[in-house]
Amino acid sequence: MPTRLTPADVERIAALAHLELTASETERFTRQLGDILTYFDQLQHIDTTGVPATTNPVTSAPVMREDTPTPSLPRDEALANAPDPGGHGLFRVPKVIG
Amino acid sequence: MPAPDVQTTADIRAAMADGATAVEICSIYLARVAAENDAIHAFTHVAGEQALEDAAAVDASGQGRDAAFPLAGVPIAIKDNISTRGMPTTASSRILAGFVPPYDATVIERLRAAGAVIIGKTNCDEFAMGSTTEHSVSGPTRNPWDLSRVPGGSSGGSAAAVAARLSPIALGSDTGGSIRQPAAFCGIVGLKPTYGRVSRYGLLAFASSLDQIGPFALTVADVAVLLAAIAGPDPADATSSAEKVPSFPASLGEPVAHPTIGVPWKLLEDGVDADVSTAFTTAIDILRSQGATIVDVPLPHAVYAVPTYYVVAPAEASSNLARYDGVRFGFRAPAGPNRSDLDTMYNLTRDTGFGDEVKRRIMLGTYALSAGYYDAYYVKAQQVRTLIRRDYDTAFERVDAVAMPTTPTVAFGLGERSADPLRMYAGDVFTVSANLTGLPALSVPGGRDPSGLPVGLQFVGRAFDEATLLRLAANYERDAPCWREFPPTAALASGIPDPTR
Repeated sequence: MPTRLTPADVERIAALAHLELTASETERFTRQLGDILTYFDQLQHIDTTGVPATTNPVTSAPVMREDTPTPSLPRDEALANAPDPGGHGLFRVPKVIG
Repeated sequence: MPAPDVQTTADIRAAMADGATAVEICSIYLARVAAENDAIHAFTHVAGEQALEDAAAVDASGQGRDAAFPLAGVPIAIKDNISTRGMPTTASSRILAGFVPPYDATVIERLRAAGAVIIGKTNCDEFAMGSTTEHSVSGPTRNPWDLSRVPGGSSGGSAAAVAARLSPIALGSDTGGSIRQPAAFCGIVGLKPTYGRVSRYGLLAFASSLDQIGPFALTVADVAVLLAAIAGPDPADATSSAEKVPSFPASLGEPVAHPTIGVPWKLLEDGVDADVSTAFTTAIDILRSQGATIVDVPLPHAVYAVPTYYVVAPAEASSNLARYDGVRFGFRAPAGPNRSDLDTMYNLTRDTGFGDEVKRRIMLGTYALSAGYYDAYYVKAQQVRTLIRRDYDTAFERVDAVAMPTTPTVAFGLGERSADPLRMYAGDVFTVSANLTGLPALSVPGGRDPSGLPVGLQFVGRAFDEATLLRLAANYERDAPCWREFPPTAALASGIPDPTR
C-alpha cells in the first residue's frame, strides 16, 4: 500500500480537484487524510478474488424513453443565478488565453 | 382557532375536519418557529408569507377536508439540499450563497400537488457531508432535547424541527445515515427508502449511488403518509424504480404476524455505549413480547462498511461537486492580486466556497480515483460492497428484517468530534450498510438513556419492502410510544400540555 502521505501529495491532489489550499490547510489535511488512508488499509485484508464490483444498487434493466423534444429552461432563468451573467445572454468568465 | 396542541398530521387533519383552516394551522407552526428557531437554529429560511399564501390556496381548493389529499394543509420543512423553486437552496454551503433554483425537485412538485405547505428550508451539514449539522455555513443546529448537544446530521435541521414541533413532518436526504441518525438523536421516526423508490431529481447530488430522499415525522403513520406522497417512478431520474408503490398507510393496520427479526449480535459487541445496548436489549424484549422470533444473523462484512463507505462516497462526491466552479451559480471568489485568470478563479472559489469537511472528502475521492490508486481503493471498496450486499441477501433468506441500534451512542456535545474526522465517521457503523446495499432502513424511537436522551431502534428490510419496516415499527411504537414525550424546548412556545410534568 502507498507510503505516508506527504504535503506534496496533498498539493497534487488539491490541484487535481481545483482547490488552492493555504499553507495551514495543506498541513492539516496532510495529517487528517493520511490517518484516513491508513484506516482504509483494513480493506486490503479482505479476499475479494473473483468478486464483481457493485457500482450502484440498481438491479432492474434501464428503461428507455422516446426521444421527444420538451421545453428546456428559458435562457434568462438559466442565467439568473450566474455570478457574472455578462449582459449578452452568456456566462462571463475571467480571461482564459493571455 | 384550533387548539394549539396539534402535533401530527392526524391532529392537523382532525382540526381541519372541525373547521380549522390551513392558514390557521400554518400560523400556529410559524409562531412556534418564530419563538424557538433562534435557540435551535433548525431553519435557515422561513417561508413566512409564501407559506401563508400556499395555505390560503389549499383552503380555497377544499383539499383540506378531502381524504384523497391527506397532506393538504399540513406544514412541511425541507432540507436545504432539495431544490425549491423561488426559495433559497444552498445545501448550507457558502459556494451556493444566494442560489434560488429555477425549478422544483420532483418530491417538491409532488408535495405541492398533494397540498402540503412548505414552511421553510432546514439546516444541514454542507452538501449533506457530516453527522452533526455543525458543518454548516450558518452555524450549528442544536438538539431540542439538550441545546448543548448536536441533533445529528446531516439532516439535523429537519430532525430538530420535527422533534421540537416546529413542523409536523419534514424531508431529509440519507447518503450514509443522514436521516436515520438525526432521527435517533432527536427521538423521532426517519426512513431511508430503498434506492430508487423516491426520485432524486432536484436533490443536490452528493454520492449518486447512495443518496435517497426520505421522510421524518413524530409517528410511523405520518412517515407512511409522507412516503406515499413522494414515492414512485420519475422520468427525470433514470435510477428511479418502476416497482409498484403499495399503499403504505393502509398496510399499517395489519401487523406482521410472527415476524422473524435478525440481530447481528457480533457486530454489536464492540463500540456500543452501555446505555444504548441496554435500551436496545429492552427494545428487543418488547419485540419478542409482541410475538417476534429473534435470531442471530452474522453479517460478517458489516464491520468493513465504514471504510468502504468512506472510499465510495467521497469518490462520487469529488465528481459531483466538480460543477461548483463560480461560473453558473452561487459564489465566485474575487480575483487575487496579479492573478485574474480562469484557473485561479476556479481554485480560489472552491477553496473559499467549500468548508473543511467537503474539501477533505473531495480530496479523498480525487485520490481514490487517481491513477495508481483506483484499483487499490475504489475497485476494492466496490467489491467489498458486493460482499456486504450478499451478507444481507443471505440474512433475508430467513428473516423479515434486521434490527440494530441506529447509532452506537446517544447525541454527543457540540464540538466534541468535529476536530477528529475518523472518530466522527466511526459513528456511522450501523447506518452506512443500507446505503451501500440500497436497502430500506427505518429508525424509530427505541427508549431513552438514563439522562433522558433518545435512543434509536433501526430496522433494515428487503429491497422495496418499506411496508414491512413500517408495519414492524408501528407495532413496536404502539407498545413504546416514546414520541409522546417531547423535549423541554418544545413546550415553551407551543402551549402543548406536557403529559410528563
